[in-house]
Amino acid sequence: MTPELGQFALILALCLAVVQATLPLIGTYTGSRQWMSVASTAAWGQFTFLSISLGCLIYAFVNNDFSVTYVANNSNTLLPTIYKVSAVWGAHEGSLLLWVFMLGAWGVAVAALSGKLPAVVRARVLSVMGMVGVGFLLFLLLTSNPFERLFPAPLEGRDLNPLLQDPGLAIHPPMLYMGYVGFSVAFSFALAALLGGKLDAAWARWSRPWTTVAWVSLTIGITLGSWWAYNELGWGGWWFWDPVENASFMPWLVGTALVHSLAVTEKRGAFKSWTVLLAITAFSMSLLGTFLVRSGVLTSVHAFATDPGRGIFILAFLCIVIGGSLVVYAWRAPAVTGGGRFDFVSRETLLLANNVLLVIVAALILLGTLFPLIYDALELGKISVGFPWFNKMFVSFMPLLIVVMGIGPIARWKRQDPAELAKHLRIAFIVSLLVGIVFALPMLPGASPLAGLGIGLAAWLVTSLATSLADRLRHKRGLAAVWRDITVQGRSYYGMVLAHLGMASAVVGVTLVSLHGMEKDVRLSPGQALEMSGYTFVFEGVESHQGPNYRADRGRVRVLRADEEIALLQPEKRTYTVQTKPMTEAAIDVRPTRDLYVSLGEPVGGGDWSVRVYYKPFVRWIWLGGILMALGGLLAVSDRRYRLPARSRHGVEAGTSPAGQEATG
Amino acid sequence: MKRPLLLIPAIVFTVMVVLLAVGLNLNPREVPSPLIGKPVPGFELSRLKDPQATLGSADLTGRVSLFNVWATWCVSCRAEHKLLMALAETGEVDIYGLNYKDDRDAALRWLQVYGDPYVANAFDDDGRVGIDWGVYGTPETFVIDGEGVIRHKVIGPLSADIVNERILPLVRQLNSRG
Repeated sequence: MTPELGQFALILALCLAVVQATLPLIGTYTGSRQWMSVASTAAWGQFTFLSISLGCLIYAFVNNDFSVTYVANNSNTLLPTIYKVSAVWGAHEGSLLLWVFMLGAWGVAVAALSGKLPAVVRARVLSVMGMVGVGFLLFLLLTSNPFERLFPAPLEGRDLNPLLQDPGLAIHPPMLYMGYVGFSVAFSFALAALLGGKLDAAWARWSRPWTTVAWVSLTIGITLGSWWAYNELGWGGWWFWDPVENASFMPWLVGTALVHSLAVTEKRGAFKSWTVLLAITAFSMSLLGTFLVRSGVLTSVHAFATDPGRGIFILAFLCIVIGGSLVVYAWRAPAVTGGGRFDFVSRETLLLANNVLLVIVAALILLGTLFPLIYDALELGKISVGFPWFNKMFVSFMPLLIVVMGIGPIARWKRQDPAELAKHLRIAFIVSLLVGIVFALPMLPGASPLAGLGIGLAAWLVTSLATSLADRLRHKRGLAAVWRDITVQGRSYYGMVLAHLGMASAVVGVTLVSLHGMEKDVRLSPGQALEMSGYTFVFEGVESHQGPNYRADRGRVRVLRADEEIALLQPEKRTYTVQTKPMTEAAIDVRPTRDLYVSLGEPVGGGDWSVRVYYKPFVRWIWLGGILMALGGLLAVSDRRYRLPARSRHGVEAGTSPAGQEATG
Repeated sequence: MKRPLLLIPAIVFTVMVVLLAVGLNLNPREVPSPLIGKPVPGFELSRLKDPQATLGSADLTGRVSLFNVWATWCVSCRAEHKLLMALAETGEVDIYGLNYKDDRDAALRWLQVYGDPYVANAFDDDGRVGIDWGVYGTPETFVIDGEGVIRHKVIGPLSADIVNERILPLVRQLNSRG
């Protein structure tokens, strides 16, 4: 009964989505307020039915209703309850339902929080979101129904993929989807603006917090994904340039560009057409990611059930959504161009450079991801584009981006005297150059030119942020005055500082772990020891151990440093009873400056095991960077000016915008 | 901005859609094996049913045969098992098996319960021989001609279509030539 209820709720949600997509939009052209106001009612209704539907699926999972095919394929009576809930989005159908649910949630959020928007804009935004919802609900109901029944019902389910039985995976997909789907709001705002032909600073201010929240979710989602891969896959890697990872990274890069471009559009009224294009692109990248993951056109470690029928559906959907919006863009964008003028040396130019670099990197990742497909389609043979290509590309462009990141926050809007800028940044430049040289010195252990470059760039980010902060503390006398100076800065400024510090942290982590990480793959007999980077790993053998739904071989590895025991690591090799898939569960000793990572390979006879040992310096700094970026985004969203009514805007801006400050100071 | 310039994103997107549409009809998992056209890799392993006797590359020459890599822990192997049984019953081609990284008792029980389509099975306990054959997932099926040269490889479970449209025609063609 419940599954049918869930399915009816889905159908009703689809009906409401159709209403939401059409009536309000017609209303904006006929000028009917009543038709326009249908939008938020429909959004609430749609969300209600989607919640019921998702609730029904969760209920089916928790109660082991194996008469539902999807539950039978992805759950098991022995599965711990938390994983029964997360199994809801453990495979294609359910994760798509989660996706649509998120879209409904964003729609409701827009309906509830956009009371200050002109009715026409609000109706258009919600109507575009309704259209996206129609597409996804149709996709769900026609090709991927999670409520399909199975007859006869099996007594036991096939269990959730063991790889997904991890707390990180319980929250990684929802965060990622929040981000993906969140860009639909920016997208809808952009289309609404194109349709209305009105794109001003107010528009940018409305879109900014939505975009930033979506970006924050995506940042957290990607960070969690990377952390999960590191913990769970047992290869000690944190990023694999896998097509599915790239599918989340491309919208992130474009979204990052959008967040910055929106700032320019809000503050200076420039880049309008470009901002709109970025908003369309960010969401398109999310949709494209879905297509790449679900259609089976690319091979990936993320083994989603793939189906060409689904592929054709999503491709058609892509054509309508992306193609349609790009055509609207080409047709309407001339109406929204123009804006503030700026000189060659100015913050606008630097942000443009940031945008161009981010988009280039995203485009190159897209190219690298699609390259095997292009090659195959042109019948040139099969190739795979691996690590070296992506890394080389990344290492070529990121330093440029970071250099620009250092200068941007210091430069003035509109016009900046280059000599003054150089004077401002002199100290920061010298300090980071020195830091870079120290880390590049050949006599230092483990130093190399690349380490010098990476650490020097991170130092550049930190010192230039410090310069920016110092610039803002104009009253240098007295602690109270300094404190007042500190508190007068808007939260969006500190958000920027935090996010950029996050970048510095990630750069340090990536540089050091890539250059100085150690890895050994050895055969160890019980009692045998291995030396690595000053640590001694003593293998004490393997014992059997029984888990709730798996059997495990648990190894014991004692870690000594200078003859003192610092950790006992117990890596496991698990065999899940239902899927009989061997899984490695690495054991990790975590310190701020390094991880020691041990994973069990295979038994090689006589109590000997092949064991993998990794030394990962500063690897945590990568995820710390992600967290800082996300916190920075949240801080920026909480800025006062997004909550104030539009009319007092000028007063607020003078308090928060650097341009306003420097002009008065 | 000029209007034609604004069309660029739409044009780029159109090109991509065409590419993706073509891509949908290709199978990225179909990696051509470098072993095709080469003699079978040399090996000598104990037989599954009779550990004293061995099965080796020499046994795979002389007649057209199939070489099927399988294991009891592999769910898709069970899916294709019926097809292998049917194929064995036609008697059109000999099927040899490589029991890959498996447990001998479990494998013997499997053959007892589901039937044994194999002429003989090599027992590849540690997966060494599997590595030489370039096995990266079970099941995999190779078509080997009378000279012991690998002619075709199917990755993943066999289906009726694969058997009727690819394997049997190839087997018949190889038989008529030799």
